Amino acid sequence: MINDNAKTILSVRNLHASVEGTEILRGLNFEVKAGEIHAIMGLNGSGKSTFSKVLAGHPDYEVTAGEIIFQGQDLLALEPHERANAGIFLAFQYPLEIPGVSNRDFLRVAYNAHRKARGEEEIDVFDFDDLVEERSEIVKMDVSFLDRSVNEGFSGGEKKRNEILQMALLQPTLSILDETDSGLDIDALKTVSGGVNQLSTADNATVLITHYQRLLNYVVPDYVHVMCGGHIIKTGGKELALELESRGYDWLTAQEAVV
Amino acid sequence: MTKSISTTNVSASAVNRATYLKHLLTQASAAADESTLPLKALRDQAIATVSDHTFPSGRDEEWRFTDLSDMLSLPFQRAAKGTDAHQLAFSAVQSDYQLASLNGHYRSSDSKTLKQAGVVVAPLSELLQSPDYTQKLEAIVSSRLAQLQGAEEVFTALNTAGFTDVMVVWLAADQVIEEPVCVVRESEGEAIAHLRTLVIAERHAKLTLVESFSGTGEATRCNTSVTEIWLAEGAQVNHVRLQDESAETFHIAKTAVDQAANSRYQCTAIDLGAKLSRHHLEVYQSGPQTDTHMYGLSALGDRQLADTHSLLTLIHPHSSATQIQKNIVDDKAHAVFNGKVFVAQTAQLTDAAQLNRNLMLSNKARIDTKPELDIVADNVKCAHGATVSQLQPDEVFYLQSRGISAEQAQRLLLYGFAMEIVEKISIESLRQSLSDRLTEWAQ
Ligand SMILES: Nc1ncnc2c1ncn2[C@@H]1O[C@H](COP(=O)(O)OP(=O)(O)OP(=O)(O)O)[C@@H](O)[C@H]1O
Ligand SMILES: [Mg+2]
Repeated sequence: MINDNAKTILSVRNLHASVEGTEILRGLNFEVKAGEIHAIMGLNGSGKSTFSKVLAGHPDYEVTAGEIIFQGQDLLALEPHERANAGIFLAFQYPLEIPGVSNRDFLRVAYNAHRKARGEEEIDVFDFDDLVEERSEIVKMDVSFLDRSVNEGFSGGEKKRNEILQMALLQPTLSILDETDSGLDIDALKTVSGGVNQLSTADNATVLITHYQRLLNYVVPDYVHVMCGGHIIKTGGKELALELESRGYDWLTAQEAVV
Repeated sequence: MTKSISTTNVSASAVNRATYLKHLLTQASAAADESTLPLKALRDQAIATVSDHTFPSGRDEEWRFTDLSDMLSLPFQRAAKGTDAHQLAFSAVQSDYQLASLNGHYRSSDSKTLKQAGVVVAPLSELLQSPDYTQKLEAIVSSRLAQLQGAEEVFTALNTAGFTDVMVVWLAADQVIEEPVCVVRESEGEAIAHLRTLVIAERHAKLTLVESFSGTGEATRCNTSVTEIWLAEGAQVNHVRLQDESAETFHIAKTAVDQAANSRYQCTAIDLGAKLSRHHLEVYQSGPQTDTHMYGLSALGDRQLADTHSLLTLIHPHSSATQIQKNIVDDKAHAVFNGKVFVAQTAQLTDAAQLNRNLMLSNKARIDTKPELDIVADNVKCAHGATVSQLQPDEVFYLQSRGISAEQAQRLLLYGFAMEIVEKISIESLRQSLSDRLTEWAQ
């Protein structure tokens, strides 16, 4: 929902980032206000996941220029866990498996880390169990998944649901969902989209990285951006996604090559 | 020039080692004389065996990575009984079957031996005085004590020559005890003690055995331990072994197992303590269709060394075996794993898998891993693998991205690595106490 008077949550200016000396992000500008839903689309390798990881603070990526202001704070000055506790959430394109650590314990530790960062007391185990079981319903995830090791042996779709469960629990201000729709069957896509819609409010914002227009039928974006060569080359409304679906990226990237 | 110097050194240390072993044997014999067990023939034979050995050096293939030379300057005396005031540290498992000893001496005050027909849980020293010690039982014990293969190994024989007492666990056919049988070994003071346990599960008997080794104080000490476990046809033994000895302890141990047809043996060995620890786990087969599970975890820091030497010998068909050994090494710690699996021509249709995973937390730590598979049979399924890794930065980042600090993420990952083994333990209270202990360790 676009509201011109809403406060700016994220402001990225002229961001350049490299990995192992190769520049991937080249002068990226991006702004998100409270209440908005943004979609970022673009060819494979154009830098979408890189952007999401830079936001989350992955140590492999070096920011060489530009700035990221998150709710008035210099995000680049924060450690990854501080960013998370400040309200940034990244749903990974490839969620990791943590053998030997139960999903329930992992979620509780993360939840308590957030509380601690806000100066609140840790939640007790029983209250947490109630909470996490209630949140599991948002993504219709069976509670038996709570007692398995984090993502271990989960199917692709189950891992994605687990990411959204984490989002539902941590209630971030800015959620970046990197291809959360890939690998979901149609029913799961509806469930996950329903969850994302349910969690989206006038005070938070969501960035969806996706290749497919289909997701955008369920979670309707206010803006659609096209990423190419490490920056955004076009921004439009939700109809841009439909146009990309029918025309592909050639007409845009060709233009970019000229520029 | 260099050569002659090294030759002189070698011979000097050889003399040293010979004298040292003689010293240990003298102490062992003296300890045996003090105990009242009528086992003269057994002891004499063991003394003769030890006399044929020298104290191991790095030149012995079996001791290549585990250097015992620090012991040579430690003239251990046989252990005295220990103080009456000693408070039992072990509390992770509550059971009606508990045999406690301090420095190898049985402590009835800390033990519980529920009387039950067909079940014997008692030290041999008391059993000898008891009307329960029938001729039949005596025959069973004497045909099993120190009769398992591998008895000629130097520390096993030294233990036989010098053990103070034998903790005996015997279950008659079809006896099943749900509560774990705890053999609690505690130590204090500077000394050497030889700890011995004999477990016999007759046909279709079933038990869980928990052995715990721990010590108090800073004193330098040495414990040798030998546990012999006999599983008759269809018997099941679930064995948990916790080694949490005090920091200056040399812990040299063996678990030797004989599995008859259709029996199931599981060992979960956790090594957290000691300055140097060695565990020989040897499983022999006396019938087909056995099922063997060997799980191990060593979590080490400072300059600790833990060495797991396992031997699985399969000579009968249709058996299955799984082994997972995990090691975590921090600081200048050193973990050694040598896992021998022998599958004879006669052991067709064996299904065996061995995995050794190592986590290095410091670049000064050291891992030596040596899987040795000797498979003669042709129709078998055998897999093995060994990995050495560090904490995965992407896993740490994943946790950090959920608000968990890097240090806490590392602790959680360590805990996860270790818990895969701890979870094999079926006793809830013990899993909990170990998980607390590991959380503390990871700090
Ligand atoms: N850690 C890394 N090491 C080396 N190259 C990297 C690394 N991370 C990203 N890259 C490179 O950066 C480029 C952008 O990758 P990125 O994953 O951001 O693309 P993407 O837009 O998310 O693509 P996709 O749609 O396939 O998910 C690619 O060429 C990729 O190979
Ligand atoms: Mg990507």
